[in-house]
Amino acid sequence: MTLLSVRDLTVHHGQLRAVDGLSLDVAKGEVLAIIGANGAGKSTLLRALAGLNPPTSGSVRLDGRDITRLPAHKRVAEGIALVPEGRRLFRSLTVEENLLAGTYRRRPGPWTVAAVHELFPWMADRRGQNASQLSGGEQQAVAIGRALLSNPDLLLIDELSLGLAPVIVRRIYEILPDIVGAGTTALIVEQDVSQAMRVADHVHCLLEGRSVLRGRPADLTAEQVEHAYFGIGAAPSTATGTETALTGQEGHD
Amino acid sequence: MGWLNAVIQGVLLGGLYALFAAGLSLMFGVMRIVNLAHGDLGVVAAFLALALVSGTGLPLWIVLVVTVPLFALLGYLTQRVLLQRSLGAGPLATLLVTFGLSIVLQNVLLEVFSADTRTLDGGSFATGSFKVSDSISVGYLSAVTFLLACGALIGIQVFLSRTGLGRMLRASSDDQETASLMGADSRHVYGIATAIAFATVALAGLMFAIRSSFDPAIGPSRLIFAFEAVVIGGLGSLWGTLIGGMVLGITQSLGAQIDPALTLLAGHLVFLAVLAFRPQGLLTGRTA
Repeated sequence: MTLLSVRDLTVHHGQLRAVDGLSLDVAKGEVLAIIGANGAGKSTLLRALAGLNPPTSGSVRLDGRDITRLPAHKRVAEGIALVPEGRRLFRSLTVEENLLAGTYRRRPGPWTVAAVHELFPWMADRRGQNASQLSGGEQQAVAIGRALLSNPDLLLIDELSLGLAPVIVRRIYEILPDIVGAGTTALIVEQDVSQAMRVADHVHCLLEGRSVLRGRPADLTAEQVEHAYFGIGAAPSTATGTETALTGQEGHD
Repeated sequence: MGWLNAVIQGVLLGGLYALFAAGLSLMFGVMRIVNLAHGDLGVVAAFLALALVSGTGLPLWIVLVVTVPLFALLGYLTQRVLLQRSLGAGPLATLLVTFGLSIVLQNVLLEVFSADTRTLDGGSFATGSFKVSDSISVGYLSAVTFLLACGALIGIQVFLSRTGLGRMLRASSDDQETASLMGADSRHVYGIATAIAFATVALAGLMFAIRSSFDPAIGPSRLIFAFEAVVIGGLGSLWGTLIGGMVLGITQSLGAQIDPALTLLAGHLVFLAVLAFRPQGLLTGRTA
C-alpha cells in the first residue's frame, strides 16, 4: 500500500530548479533510498517533503491526503518527521531536552523516550549533557531519536552518513530494521551508494532534479547505477528509457 | 553601616531592573527583536493603571492584577499582527517598527494625558518601611517589588525549562526552522514570548510608577537601564539579566552613597566598562 505519493514535483532553490518534475511512490513499511551526486536535488526534495521548501508545482499525498501546501509544523501531526542535514540539534538544550522537543506534537505510537533509550543505551546515562558536547555520531543518534518521538508514519533522513566515520554509520544503519519494524516507513537520502544499496528496499537515483534510475538494489547493476549517478553516456532523457524498462520489471509493486 | 545599607538597597533595586530587562532579553533571545518601545510599554502600563484607578476607584492592587494579564494579551496580539510581518523583512525592519511604536506610544500618551508628571499613589505601602537593624531599614515597596521580580523571573525560568512550550521557546531561539520540524508554529511561539515580555514590562513599569514619578516621554530613559542590565549580564541569558540588574542597582546605590549626583553616572560607567572589557557579558551561554 502506498504511503507517500509524489507527482510531478518541481521545487526551486532560489533561481535553480532543484527538483524537476519528480514522481515517486513509497510503500508502507519499506525503506526507499535516494542517491545522487552533490547538487542532484536530494536535500531539496526532502525539505519539500517536510514542508520547509514550498514546491513550485506538483503534488504530495500522504496516505491519500493532499499535503502539498501544508507548512512544516503541521506536517508533524500528519505523520512526517525529518532528520535534517547536519543533525541540527538544539545547542543550548540537553540531550534529554532535545529528545523531549520531539514529543511536542506527539502522535500515538510505540516511540517513547524510554524506547529511544533502549535503541541507544548510552543516551540514558548522558541525558543531562549539553547537545553541543556530543560527537557527530552521537548527535546523529539524538537527531534520529528526536524525530522518532513524534511517532511518524514516514521518517525522512537527510545525509545520515555525512561527516561520520564509516563504523559509526554502519552502527546507526544497524538500527534501521528496528525502526521500520516498529511500523515506520523510511525515506533516506544517502551519498554513500553502497550503503544505500545495502539497506534499501528500493533506490531512486537523482540527476539534476530528475529521477534517472529506480529499482530494487538486487535488480540494478553497478554499471547502471554508476552511469545514472554521474550521468555518463546518457542524457537524462535517454535514461528515462532505462527507468521505464526497470519499472516494467517490478510490476508487482 | 551606610555602605551595607547601600548594597542592600542596590540589590532590591536590581531586582526591579532585572524584571524590567527580562522581557527585552527574552524578545531578543527568541526572535532577535530589539524592542525599542520596551521602556514606553512600561510607561503605558503606568498610565493605564492611573486611568483605571481614577476612573473606577478600584484599589491599586486590583488594577495591577488586571493590567498585567491585559498586557500579556496585548503582547501576543502585537507580535501576531505587527511584529510578525516585519520579521520576514530582516532585523532592520523590526528595529524600525519598534522605534516607530515607541514614538507613537509617547505621542498618544501626550495627547491623552498631557505632559504633566504623575505618580501612582501607593499610600502608606509606598512610603512605609521596616527596620532590620539600627542603620538598615527596608521599604515595604522595595521588598515587595524585589519579591515580585524574583517570583516572576523564577516563574519564567520554570516555564522555559519544565514545560513543552517553554522548551520550544528555547529550541526556537536556537534554530527556528528545526523547531518547526518538531511541530512548533513559530508565530505562536513568538506570540507567547512577546506576551511574557509585555507582562513583565507592565509589572516593572507599574512598580517604577509607584516608586517614582513618570511622564509620557520617560520611556527611553528607562529603556537604557534595561539595555544596561541585559548587556552587563550577557545577551539572551535570563540569569545573566538578573545579575546585570543587580550589578546596575548596586552600582547606582553605591554611587549615590558617595554623591547623589553620581547615581546614574556610576551605572553608565560600569556598563561602559563591561562593554569595553567583557563585551559578551558577565554570564555567557544562552538559556532563553
